[in-house]
Amino acid sequence: MKPAPFAYVRPASLEDAIAALDEHGEDSRILAGGQSLMATLNMRLSAPEILVDIGRVPDLAGIEETDAGLRIGAMTRHAEVEASDLVASRAPLIASAMPHIAHPAVRNCGTFGGSIALADPAAELPACAVALGARMTIAGKGGTRTVDADAFFRGLYETALEPGEVLTAVEVPGIGAGWKSGFMELARRHGDYAMIGLAAHVEVQDGRFGQGRLVFFGVGERPVCAVRSAALLDGESWSDALGDRIADALKEELDPSEDLNADAPMRRHLAGVLARRVLAPLAA
Amino acid sequence: MTDLIADRWLLDRPNSYIGRSVPRPNAPRLAEGRGAFVDDIETGGRTGHAAFVRSPHAHARIGSIDAEAARAAPGVIAVVTGRELAEIHDPWVGVLSHLQGLKSAPQYALPLETATWQGEAVVAVVAESRARAEDAVELVKIDWEVLPAVTDAETALDPATTVIHESLGDNLAWRRNADFGDIEAAYAEADHIVEETYVFARHTGVCVEPRAILADWNPGEGQLTVWHNNQCPHMVQNILATHFRLDEHRVRVIARDVGGSFGIKVHTYADELATVGLSLLLKRPVKFVADRLESFLSDIHARDQRVQGKVAVKDDGTILAFEIDALSGIGPYSMYPRTSGIESNQIVNLTGGPYAFDHYRAQATVVFQNKNMMCQYRAVGHPVKCAVTEGLVDAAARATGMDPAEIRRRNLRADDSYPCKSAQGLPFENLSHQESLAKLLDAMDYDALKAERDALRTEGVYRGIGLASFIEVTNPSAMFYGVGGARISAQDGATMRLDARGNVFVATGATEQGQGMEAVISQVAATAVGVPPERLKIVTGDTEHTPYGGGTWASRAAGIGGEAVAQAGRALRQQILRAAAVMLQEEAENLDIRGGVVVERASGAERIGLDEVGRVCYYRPDTLPDGFQSELVATRHYVPRQYPFAFTNGAQASYLEVDVETGFISLLDHWCIEDCGTVINPQLVDEQIRGGIVQGLGGALWEQCVYDSDGQMLNANMADYLVPMAAELPDMRCGHVVSPTFESDLGAKGVGEAGTCGAPAAVMNALNDALAPFAARLTDMPFTPQKVLRALGKI
Ligand SMILES: Cc1cc2nc3c(=O)[nH]c(=O)nc-3n(C[C@H](O)[C@H](O)[C@H](O)COP(=O)(O)OP(=O)(O)OC[C@H]3O[C@@H](n4cnc5c(N)ncnc54)[C@H](O)[C@@H]3O)c2cc1C
Repeated sequence: MKPAPFAYVRPASLEDAIAALDEHGEDSRILAGGQSLMATLNMRLSAPEILVDIGRVPDLAGIEETDAGLRIGAMTRHAEVEASDLVASRAPLIASAMPHIAHPAVRNCGTFGGSIALADPAAELPACAVALGARMTIAGKGGTRTVDADAFFRGLYETALEPGEVLTAVEVPGIGAGWKSGFMELARRHGDYAMIGLAAHVEVQDGRFGQGRLVFFGVGERPVCAVRSAALLDGESWSDALGDRIADALKEELDPSEDLNADAPMRRHLAGVLARRVLAPLAA
Repeated sequence: MTDLIADRWLLDRPNSYIGRSVPRPNAPRLAEGRGAFVDDIETGGRTGHAAFVRSPHAHARIGSIDAEAARAAPGVIAVVTGRELAEIHDPWVGVLSHLQGLKSAPQYALPLETATWQGEAVVAVVAESRARAEDAVELVKIDWEVLPAVTDAETALDPATTVIHESLGDNLAWRRNADFGDIEAAYAEADHIVEETYVFARHTGVCVEPRAILADWNPGEGQLTVWHNNQCPHMVQNILATHFRLDEHRVRVIARDVGGSFGIKVHTYADELATVGLSLLLKRPVKFVADRLESFLSDIHARDQRVQGKVAVKDDGTILAFEIDALSGIGPYSMYPRTSGIESNQIVNLTGGPYAFDHYRAQATVVFQNKNMMCQYRAVGHPVKCAVTEGLVDAAARATGMDPAEIRRRNLRADDSYPCKSAQGLPFENLSHQESLAKLLDAMDYDALKAERDALRTEGVYRGIGLASFIEVTNPSAMFYGVGGARISAQDGATMRLDARGNVFVATGATEQGQGMEAVISQVAATAVGVPPERLKIVTGDTEHTPYGGGTWASRAAGIGGEAVAQAGRALRQQILRAAAVMLQEEAENLDIRGGVVVERASGAERIGLDEVGRVCYYRPDTLPDGFQSELVATRHYVPRQYPFAFTNGAQASYLEVDVETGFISLLDHWCIEDCGTVINPQLVDEQIRGGIVQGLGGALWEQCVYDSDGQMLNANMADYLVPMAAELPDMRCGHVVSPTFESDLGAKGVGEAGTCGAPAAVMNALNDALAPFAARLTDMPFTPQKVLRALGKI
């Protein structure tokens, strides 16, 4: 479990980082918290020639309120997001997801942007980003661009990031009046990647649901927004019958993968259980 | 010479350290980062680091090996194949004569013709660093001829199945049949015969410190020095000498600190012998430290049993008979020197153990397969025999409409029935099943817990209570391995010496694995001599400096190694008292040693310090009378002889909740009442029990080496192989009953495996109790959410 030989640079500015990435192209890799990347290197699942450590790039870390909502810098450590009052009040969905990400030691090093850029299909934050309609700020040789979460997560560990680009921040829009969120996941052990999870962000007025997003993770190649099932909520108040309809609709709508912990029927079943457990209290 | 020391001289000592939770003497050393683990050992810049090309196939013939690119890679010292290594060592065969009919094939440090499991080391690369060696491993090309893999134990003996070792004729490693009493008569008499099949997945012991070995062959001295994190240095010394054709005194094995072993580090691993061979070939130190990935593929696995069980019971709850038929796949070889038949043998020997019944029949079938090798891991066979027995006892309770506690009370051996023999003929010396169960039910407040469970059930909350009584084999005599021809020492030795300042040096054959053996040894030594523990220096794990001993396995180190220390300490005390008596012109009978000072036995008045005794004996012997020669060093050995094993016993209970929508199980509480005889160190005993329970819970709920039908292990990493973690674990409450063994003065039995033995059974019974309102039963470990949901018919 020793990595193949690699070179290492730690640029002091975003420009230098982008230049280093550009110079080495596909053979380079960004190193953020290293909590996922180092394991893949040690297991020789990947062998980039050079690591570009963005840990010293100024202004990449930190959480701030903006006109549009909240800006979470890519290098912000999970632990800081978890402890942030701003996140708790402005993006409670993210706050409730944080304790489920790995373990405290991993959260001390792992970064918000790293989780988004890695795009693990069972990860919490990509699902939260999709549920909240977050926008990714991306810097590259050609300048800066933003990509909506929906378009950002393309497939298994695949994102809209092009080689040479750095995710610099995630913008989380402000929460509209009457919108509520709920989060739940199932993992065999606390801190493991989820067997299945749900990040829900829905409008609730006077006990009735309106628009909303039910974003599942651990059920496909990327966060899965269950649009048809969520549409059943519109105009309804909570009832067991509604829960059953949504559970049935999810069985139709989701096409989950299987792994050692759960086959597809199990994931379909659990999706309904999570939907009931997350949604019922939101309508109360 | 008269014996200066009375009966119960040890346990009734003034200032006794036995029964106290003294701190571990080695804790500060470890906390300071001054542990001496294998990877900490410096042998200078000439050390070569080994990495292995491991077979990607479960079964494949090794064709041509192209190592040219690897040999030319930067930093590479050598690339060595099995044929080259075979020149300098003799293969081994893992059989024991008392497991009649057990067969296995010769195994080499690296295989010559065929790789027989995925992960088997095939070619060795030695380089200036492990990273360089791994780089070069990727460059070795082997022409594999893939052969059909034998993976399913159920079909391993079918005529159509490939035979792994043609020389053996078939894939049957061993079969044992046992028949005691008259089972057919018992079935005829029974009101109910209940059958159930239990499955125990393959799992493994995950040590914090992986296997590691550093071998240094010094051709100038003709001396092989091996730092090796194993449990039994003397056994390893013998094995290395035998198979590398060396004299035993030319082999020194050092195992100072070991980061957990659990039975994983008590075997002959081919890659470790290959490392020794590489040092001999290259005439330089060679180190191999297994990484996590190769640990999962090469550390022994355990359990992997399918057991059909049967119990015969009368309407009044009297259990008449047990019957089992067990099948196990052990991998491609029987492990050397302990063999891979012992787990099945234990299951045959111990099923039904806590209960008074007379009729028993068993069959155990052990087959070869193309998966990693299986052998002894903590509580060998015990979690299996316990879960089968306790599952069947619960089944008998259901059949007779009896409460699980009540049927146990009726059938557990009476506490006043000892000594007696089990249905299988194994002698029990002194056990306490009834008292242990009573204490357990009291500790958990059984009736209140049942009421709570029943009340919650009406609210749709499904909780279950599970009980499990057990016996555990500890302090094994030579009947375990020695009788079968294995050079595994059942006896242990201790040497104790008074130095010139009155401090005591203790060298013991027992070894430290992180379990706190040094603390236990220090308590016994301090008590036996009469000095405070800080005046002791303990030396373990070095064949050159410790008396011959068995080391740590089968819960023996405290009971056997500790007794040797007690006897050596007793002898040393007598030597000191004789010298002091001469100096004081006093009768030795009137003296004692307390707190490091020779005192008057009756009054406790101080007479002379041990430092003074040491000074006079070593520097001023001229002041002592002519004809008196002081001897201030004593060695004693001990082995149990009356009983083949010191059986211990106990009872565990689990309380858990099942989420019937998700299939998730939450462990709410766990209790263990255990009887290990004399409790030398209450804290360490409880730590053993809790640690053992955790490994038992692992097998019950999480741990499994998952293989596909091609023999590929699918979860050989720490992310996918689920070791139990603190957040999922319940509180574990321990209590004790003390029924000492009368064979030793110390009276201590072992405790290392009790937790692992009973925990899976308790959890299984609790799970099925929780599911009682549904037509769902689970007997196939680990109990995963998916299995629970399937049993409930939800998916
Ligand atoms: C034991 C353990 C358990 C874990 N459990 C979970 C869990 O339950 N849920 C979960 O979500 N995660 C989990 N993780 C992963 C953890 O959250 C990681 O920290 C995270 O996925 C990646 O963040 P990082 O900062 O460590 O990124 P790194 O490991 O440094 O990088 C990961 C990948 O993202 C790329 N990258 C990183 N930052 C950027 C950027 N700013 N721009 C472009 N590309 C970038 C890297 O090049 C690399 O390919 C776990 C990790 C461990 C070790």
